Amino acid sequence: MSSITSPPVITTDKLTKRFGQFIAANDLTFQVAKGEIFGFLGANGAGKTTAMRMLCGLLKPSSGKASIAGYDVYTQTEKIKRSIGYMSQKFSLYDDLTVSENIRFYAGIYGMSRPKIKEKTKELLEELQLEKEAKTLVSELPLGWKQKLAFSVSIVHEPGIVFLDEPTGGVDPVTRRQFWDLIYHASDRGVTVFVTTHYMDEAEYCNRVSIMVDGVIAALDSPTRLKQQFGHDNMEDVFYELARKAVRKGD
Amino acid sequence: MISLTNIKKTYPGRAGGKSSEGQVIALKDISFKVEKGELFGLIGPDGAGKTSLFRILTTLLLPDTGEATVAGYDIKKDYQQIRNCVGYMPGRFSLYQDLTVEENLNFFATVFGTTIKENYDLIKDIYQQIEPFKDRRAGKLSGGMKQKLALSCALIHKPSVLFLDEPTTGVDVVSRKELWAMLKKLKQEGITILVSTPYMDEANLCDRIALIQKGDILSIDKPTGIVHSFPGELYAVHAADTHRLLQNVRSFPGTATCFAFGDSLHVTFKDTSAAPQALLQYLHEKNHPDATVEKAEPTIEDCFIHLLKN
Repeated sequence: MSSITSPPVITTDKLTKRFGQFIAANDLTFQVAKGEIFGFLGANGAGKTTAMRMLCGLLKPSSGKASIAGYDVYTQTEKIKRSIGYMSQKFSLYDDLTVSENIRFYAGIYGMSRPKIKEKTKELLEELQLEKEAKTLVSELPLGWKQKLAFSVSIVHEPGIVFLDEPTGGVDPVTRRQFWDLIYHASDRGVTVFVTTHYMDEAEYCNRVSIMVDGVIAALDSPTRLKQQFGHDNMEDVFYELARKAVRKGD
Repeated sequence: MISLTNIKKTYPGRAGGKSSEGQVIALKDISFKVEKGELFGLIGPDGAGKTSLFRILTTLLLPDTGEATVAGYDIKKDYQQIRNCVGYMPGRFSLYQDLTVEENLNFFATVFGTTIKENYDLIKDIYQQIEPFKDRRAGKLSGGMKQKLALSCALIHKPSVLFLDEPTTGVDVVSRKELWAMLKKLKQEGITILVSTPYMDEANLCDRIALIQKGDILSIDKPTGIVHSFPGELYAVHAADTHRLLQNVRSFPGTATCFAFGDSLHVTFKDTSAAPQALLQYLHEKNHPDATVEKAEPTIEDCFIHLLKN
């Protein structure tokens, strides 16, 4: 949790992505410490997705440097993919596989051994209190359970970093908070959490928050200090002040 | 303007229609009324039944049982009249991706036997923002612009009732505020609006709201009325180390409920008389020297959580 003493696991230096004349992400420079919960905010079209894709090793930057879990985003993308977890609201689990089949599938993809998968499955089902639902099709689970399972599956291979792209969209307020309990729990175990959200109260739960506007990082600090800096008493007003200046509109 | 009486809707399970196994109850027994010119919000998470309700009211889906009218027309018998006088913006973008902005708008105007010119005044404020891109194909628009086009198309025949299914889902705070400002204006034009959202903070922008979960209405009232009905007293607990604070407050014996709320925790106690003071003491002992415990005003989200728990 302490962002000062831990070494950075994400480091970027002037990371930039251009599409023709368009600069989607411009000169991104920041570090994320081990175990930190880092909120990555921005208006639609600010460049969040482009930045995330570069950090996950899915998109080659135009210029600048970045290292993820010690691996270079230009040359070591396969190693990056093995060292990170990823979950989004849109794609997470296979609906027509059961709970335990989903776990086995993802663990298998990441090359875990059969005995290890068995052990991990048991552990996960216990932690999520889903033992009875092990053989239930994922399509039959309530959305909230699916989201929690999707998160656990995304870190089944015990990566150092997990990227969460709007993980709590559409879930009820109690489940949303239970989801954050899982995030805190992962962070306590040293997993770095890189998360995007449109819920501004969730921005408050992060150790630090960056706000992207028109391809650049317009602000980056702890929620408390950002509120002081901009003279607002909540993150929604801080975000609104920065994001309404955006010229770009898009996704 | 909108009236529902004992509306029920179920979807068959995987086994097919013959057994009740795996059957999904989308709407249990829904009754409520929306007055003319009212901005009415359906507030609830995914799977609450919001979309089923919209599809029934816009005559795209028949309920199993129950009655409903829109603008005085029966949803079963008078579906044609209803379709003529309502505007519907579904949750998923449903315009023609390979028509341009202007072609889409023209298409919807023509289908309803009108012209862009005739009702331009109503959509002016919204449409002007995307008019510079009128020759662009709808599929190439950004999310915010698609939304403005969809709203323009839903309004082009000057409907008396407007249905908006989750217009702000996945949309950033700036666009959300813009949309709500537009709805306020449309309401002033006398249009009745039924809007759904998963964002609890948007509830306060409605005249009245229904909190809905798993096909059931938990509560229905003005936002202030819902907030006033929160039982007992709510406290906000604050300290720098929020995560550890959450664990400590939960383990405090006098705590009834404890949820993170932005930069503080919202807490209710089993017995309010002495507990707040005792909790402060307890937190000091647990090494939160900066802890504060203060009375707080409940929000709609507090009420929703309370209703979910009971």
